[in-house]
Amino acid sequence: MGRRITTFGRIIHTGFIYFIRNAWLAIAAMAIMVITLSIILFSIIVNATFSNTVAQITSKIDISVYLKDSTTQVQTNEFLAGIRKQPNVQSVTYLNKAAALQAFMQQNAGNAQLLQAVNETDNPLPATIKIKPIDLNKIDDIRAYVTQTKWQALQSDPVSDNGERRATIDKITHATNIVREAGIIAVAVLALISVLIIFNTIQMAIFNRRDELQIMRLLGATTWYIRGPFVIETIIYGVLSAIISILLINALFITASGSLQATSFGLLDIGYSQHYFQKYYWQLLSMQLVLGILIGAVSSIIATRRYLKFKTSKK
Amino acid sequence: MLTGGHAIILLMILLDRVTKTYNKNLGAALERVSLHVEPKEFVIVVGQSGAGKSTLLKLLTREERPTSGKIIVGGIDYDKLPDKNIPLLRRKIGTVFQDFKLLPNRTVFENVAFALEIVGASSKEINNTVPRVLDIVNLKDKAKRMPIELSGGERQRVAIARAIVRQPKILIADEPTGNLDPKHAWDVIHVLEKINRYGTTVLLTTHNQDIVNKLKRRVVTIKNGKIVSDRANAQYSEKPTTTSEA
Repeated sequence: MGRRITTFGRIIHTGFIYFIRNAWLAIAAMAIMVITLSIILFSIIVNATFSNTVAQITSKIDISVYLKDSTTQVQTNEFLAGIRKQPNVQSVTYLNKAAALQAFMQQNAGNAQLLQAVNETDNPLPATIKIKPIDLNKIDDIRAYVTQTKWQALQSDPVSDNGERRATIDKITHATNIVREAGIIAVAVLALISVLIIFNTIQMAIFNRRDELQIMRLLGATTWYIRGPFVIETIIYGVLSAIISILLINALFITASGSLQATSFGLLDIGYSQHYFQKYYWQLLSMQLVLGILIGAVSSIIATRRYLKFKTSKK
Repeated sequence: MLTGGHAIILLMILLDRVTKTYNKNLGAALERVSLHVEPKEFVIVVGQSGAGKSTLLKLLTREERPTSGKIIVGGIDYDKLPDKNIPLLRRKIGTVFQDFKLLPNRTVFENVAFALEIVGASSKEINNTVPRVLDIVNLKDKAKRMPIELSGGERQRVAIARAIVRQPKILIADEPTGNLDPKHAWDVIHVLEKINRYGTTVLLTTHNQDIVNKLKRRVVTIKNGKIVSDRANAQYSEKPTTTSEA
């Protein structure tokens, strides 16, 4: 047991020595790793932001049903209960005439002329039922229900469901989906390229020391005693790269929020991106660390394999 | 000295009809070679370049596998040795190479210590043992030098120190004097004799006729992959020229 701990300590110690000795190679490998990890991080944030944008716009969609002034309380309650039973209904809000008027006045608070005109008349607004759907694509089911002849008789005006907005949302969803898919492909390709470059860099470092590896082998060093320090060295690359990439994205946000004041940048709501980044800071950092360590360790294990093989073929 | 035959288990090295072929078109590098070496023996293997000496040693350190035949060293049957235990085998055999094979960016002390680090020795153990072994090879005062600052003979003695620091039962020296001038060559040979006196079996390959004749030890001659002679206290009187011309 004591020997194992001693050996483990030596492997880690040697790993740090290798890291310091190969400073230049380390910088090359880490530069690539930082770029990859930053791109991955960036695309995750962009993806989350797009999803958020779509969700926000979606949440603004509802169906409004306007009731005749002659509708009784009993009829209204029956109608509301019927709507609530529909499977695609998320929430139902009932505004009586007074509440509808209040809401209207709040919405048009800046328009004094309009408000005055409304005040001078008897409340012209109908009682309103606002229905929020769960799935936007199935909004027609709700519309079909509320426009049944039975309910149609209660209504003063045609049902409105902000159809124009919906078309816009479809466009946005479509656009974000394309961006997302393209992003995934780009990240996958970049990650692959960077693994190859990191692999090559480490392969080069090991090639330079192949004599040393052979000597260790001849002296009876086990595979992991030889390989361990290289793996530790590349894990250090991974850890540092993860931290640098997080700092890089952090700096990007500081610059972006300074110059753009966190306003929307086309479809990209930078304010939300920043919020997301800060909220999931530790999770994102952990993910970067895991990715960095994984890329580094796998590359070095594969790169050392060739030099650590025993001659097994008995020909 | 024990006479072989009745007890294989007492042999330090046993090769039984060992053949090694690297490339079928070139013929065998070693052909049906049988060799018995007893504990504490000092055996010199001579032969031209390409005769098969290096192949023989590489088979013993399990750098190569035989095409056919049986090898048992220190009681370990190589046929039954899984790959993962090869490092354990090599820890039991001390090896010295013609080109020293020192780690260039480590000091003399660290090079010798490395052999102990591999087996998980404690720092205390290392600090106790390494100076003692450096004393045996007369390099105690050069512990902090880098290999590049040493002469060839000194480097080879570092390599020997590294090979014996784990107190192996067998020391295999592959032309350790090949790159050295006569004075340094003899320094190295004297160290090998000293180690042999302490009880280690030594297997030495060499080109050097002078060394072979003065050592007066058992000499095994390999030619074209076969053992052509195996004599105790060989003098090479029948071959006055160097063995490499044999």
